[in-house]
Formats: sequence, C-alpha cells, structure tokens
Amino acid sequence: MANVTFKIWRGDKQAGDFQEYQTDVSEGMVVLDAVHRIQADHANDLACRWNCKAGKCGSCSAEVNGTPKLMCMTRLSDLDLNEAITIEPMRAFPLIKDLVTDVSHNYRVKQKIKPFQPRKPDNEDGSWNMQQQDVERVQEFRKCIECFLCQDVCHVLRDHHKHEDFIGPRFFVYTAALEMHPLDEADRLEDLKETQGVGYCNITKCCTKVCPENITITDNAIIPLKERVVDEYYDPIKKIVKTLFSIGKPKNKS
Amino acid sequence: MAQDVSGLTQRSWGETLRRDKWWVTPLVVFLILSSFITYATWAAFQNAHFEFANYLSPFYSPMLWGDSHHSWFGGKPGWWPGFLPFSPALLILPFPAGFRMTCYYYRGAYYKAFWADPPACSVGEPRKSYLGERYFPLVLQNIHRYFFYFALIFLVFLTHDAYLGFWFDDDGDGSFSNFGIGVGTIVLCINIVLLGSYTLGCHSLRHLIGGAWNTLSNAPIRSKCYTCVSRFNHGHMRWAWLSLFWVAFSDIYIRLCSMGIWHDFRIF
Repeated sequence: MANVTFKIWRGDKQAGDFQEYQTDVSEGMVVLDAVHRIQADHANDLACRWNCKAGKCGSCSAEVNGTPKLMCMTRLSDLDLNEAITIEPMRAFPLIKDLVTDVSHNYRVKQKIKPFQPRKPDNEDGSWNMQQQDVERVQEFRKCIECFLCQDVCHVLRDHHKHEDFIGPRFFVYTAALEMHPLDEADRLEDLKETQGVGYCNITKCCTKVCPENITITDNAIIPLKERVVDEYYDPIKKIVKTLFSIGKPKNKS
Repeated sequence: MAQDVSGLTQRSWGETLRRDKWWVTPLVVFLILSSFITYATWAAFQNAHFEFANYLSPFYSPMLWGDSHHSWFGGKPGWWPGFLPFSPALLILPFPAGFRMTCYYYRGAYYKAFWADPPACSVGEPRKSYLGERYFPLVLQNIHRYFFYFALIFLVFLTHDAYLGFWFDDDGDGSFSNFGIGVGTIVLCINIVLLGSYTLGCHSLRHLIGGAWNTLSNAPIRSKCYTCVSRFNHGHMRWAWLSLFWVAFSDIYIRLCSMGIWHDFRIF
C-alpha cells in the first residue's frame, strides 16, 4: 500500500484548476480506482464519467499525465508513483465539469455521414452473399468503442478546433467501415474531400497510438480514404484512363 | 456539425503534461533527415568519386549523361545550361527525393520534426492557423503515386546496377566479364533489398494494387499482391529508415573506395 498524490482538474467551463489529493493505492489498481477512492474519501462532488471498468464502453476517457487514455485501462503500476499523477478532461471537447466533457459533437457528426447503402440482395430471400475475406478489412474498424481518445489527441481538433470542417479520426474509421464494405454502394468521397476535411489530416498517427482497441486508424482507414479521394480528384491520368476505357469505380467491382 | 468550441484553448508551443521525453523522436528525425539532405546535396554536386570499378553509386543511377562507362548517352549534354554546374545526379535525384518527400510515413515524421505541426502527440504547437494538406502547397502531396511510378522504375535500374556489381574487370580490358563478389557487391545488393522493401510497402501501391477494391475474393492474384504489399506496408517506417541509411552508406562506400581511403575486399 502506497500513498500517492494525484492532481485532478476541478472546475467547469468558466474556471478551474488542478487540485491535489492524496490517497492510498494498492497492487492491481487502475487510475479509475484511484479516482473513485478520492471521490469517496475526499471529493464527493468530483464529476467523472465511467461505466464498464473493462475498456469496452469508452466512457472514462481522460488525459493521464498529458496522454489521452482510458482511466480504467491505465494501471497505476505503469506510472511513476513518486511524482504526482495528473488527470485532466479531454481537451478537444467543451468541459462540463471536472473530468466530464461534452462529446455530443461526435454524435452530430455521425448523423451527417451517409449511412450504409447495400446493393440489391443477391438472393430471393433478401440475403446477400459475402466472403469472409472481403469483410475482414472492415471488421477491424468495428472494434471501435467510441471513447473519442483519437478525436482528443488529433491536433486538428485539439489545437486548431476545426470541429466544423473536420470529422476526426473516429469518423474516418466509421466512414472507412462503410466505404470499404463489400455490399455498400454509397459514394462518400465528395463529402470526405469537401465537408469532412480528410485533407486536414497530416498523418501524425497520434490517433493510432492512443487507440485502446489498437485499430490501425491512420494506415488502414485514413490513408486508404485519402487515396480514394486522390483517385477521384487528384489523379488526372487515372481519370483519363477511366474515361477512355469506361472502367467503373473499383469500389463497386464485385 | 455546429459545436461551441469557445471554451477550448490552445496550448502554447511545447506545452504539455507529458512526462516522457517526447522531444527525442522529432529531434532524432530532424537530425537524421537534415544530415541526409545535406550529404545527398553535397554528393550530388560533386560529380566525382561516384563509381568504383563495376560499382555505381545509387545517387548517380541511372546515369543518363556523364563521364563514365555507366553512362547511357555519353558525356555532359550540350543543352545543359552553362551557368549550372553539371552533375548526372542532378538529373535523377529529384525523383527519389520526391518519392520520399511525399511518402505518407515521412510526411507525418517531418511535419513534426521540421514544422512542429504538432511537435509530438498532445504537445502544444507554435502556430494558431492550420491548413493541413487541404490547400496549396501541401495539397501537392497527393501526387505521391506518380513519384511511386518513378521509384518503381528506379528500382529496376538499381537492381541492374547490383547485378553489374557481380562482374569485375579482372582482365583490365574494360569488358567486366569476370564473375565475382566483393563487399561492394553485397552493399549494392542490400541496398536493393532495403529500397525494394520500402518501395513495395508504399501506401499508394497498397491502394492501387488492391485497396481500391472492396471485393478481392474474386481476384486471387490481386488479393495475394494486396496481402504481400500490406505486409511490407506494416513495416513501412522501418524500411524507410533502413533504406535511407543504406542508400547513403552505399554512396559513402563507393566514394571512399574510389578515393582510395577504403579498399574493396574481394570475397571471391
């Protein structure tokens, strides 16, 4: 049992500051356990969003020692307990209170993305035929728990506040899951380029680094989407070849 | 997507609560890339010590014009502007340089190291405005696939150079018809392996060869190619650095052998 100092952000949209708390920690504890202990012993009004404590609900996202993390998946044994551990809310979203931010922006963004639009059913009973190999690529994207850590660490949102023009890594993953689906026929490339700001991504790979589900966001979702946008808008030779030989869009080839 | 972001603040340059040495990686990237660019520019303008016997420096390959038995079209071309110092490397280096400059991996690395955009993940930036790769000039990064096409062609030439590295001029008649292996042969072969691994893991190639299709199960060859490129792509960062280091080392090796400072050991 060790006594550890935590600096936790306390405040709301108007004002706030780090406040120091000391609490006993024991083997196997995670940051969220310590926050709960502080909540119980020292600060009953400390606001903190959490739910599953198993890294699957994506509720307890925060910044631990300056790095976006799920508090329930951050073991205290992985941190230097000789120094005060700082815990602050996600910086890319407006603060509500203490460690709780307003992430509703993300839900509004999601509604703007063209939904799944499957081709006509392959069979009379209304079902489709798909090969496992073809859906494997998008299955990685389905692991997302919507913790929004990737949105938080992305400097386009975090530092430049391009919330109006840039949907962020989470929604590039979502779009990739739809766009690369073997049954989907919707075209999202114009939206990606014009209103969703895929061009703002400058490939820092920070989103990939913080993803608790280890989704290879940049390499498997964002760059392939960028390449599809290049196909459509920045590759004149491919355009000419497509026009001359009437090659359909590769995504619709089956 | 209306969002009230008025309460959000931007941290100042370098401001962060991170405890780790986040500045080490961008600093190392800055030093390595700066050193490489400086050396490659110097070497390109030298127009000397770029070949040693059957070895040709990768900085000078393919040699379109130049004073060498490797040259395709003879010596310095008549149309070369008089005010510009001539070097065969100046004709070809823009292509591999463009390939690396527009590479998705390098872009992320040098935006951080040279432009602090951002300096590292969750570390404050020096500028408030941001255009990303959406507007000129960085929108030009989208031509990466065209540089890839050239890189693929260069790979063929460099493979040919590595092949020529097996043929020595033991008779001294300029025929280069004696098979052998020197340390330089191995240096050039490793260069090809590393450059090949880097080039064949290119994100644009991954897209062009299979990523653009949503259904690969009906195209087994394309599917296998996509899987293969994806494997190389997985280690793209590693191959990028190894190939960068080795291409410079290959030039240094041949340069020092040509200058008589190093001796090319003949294995057989």
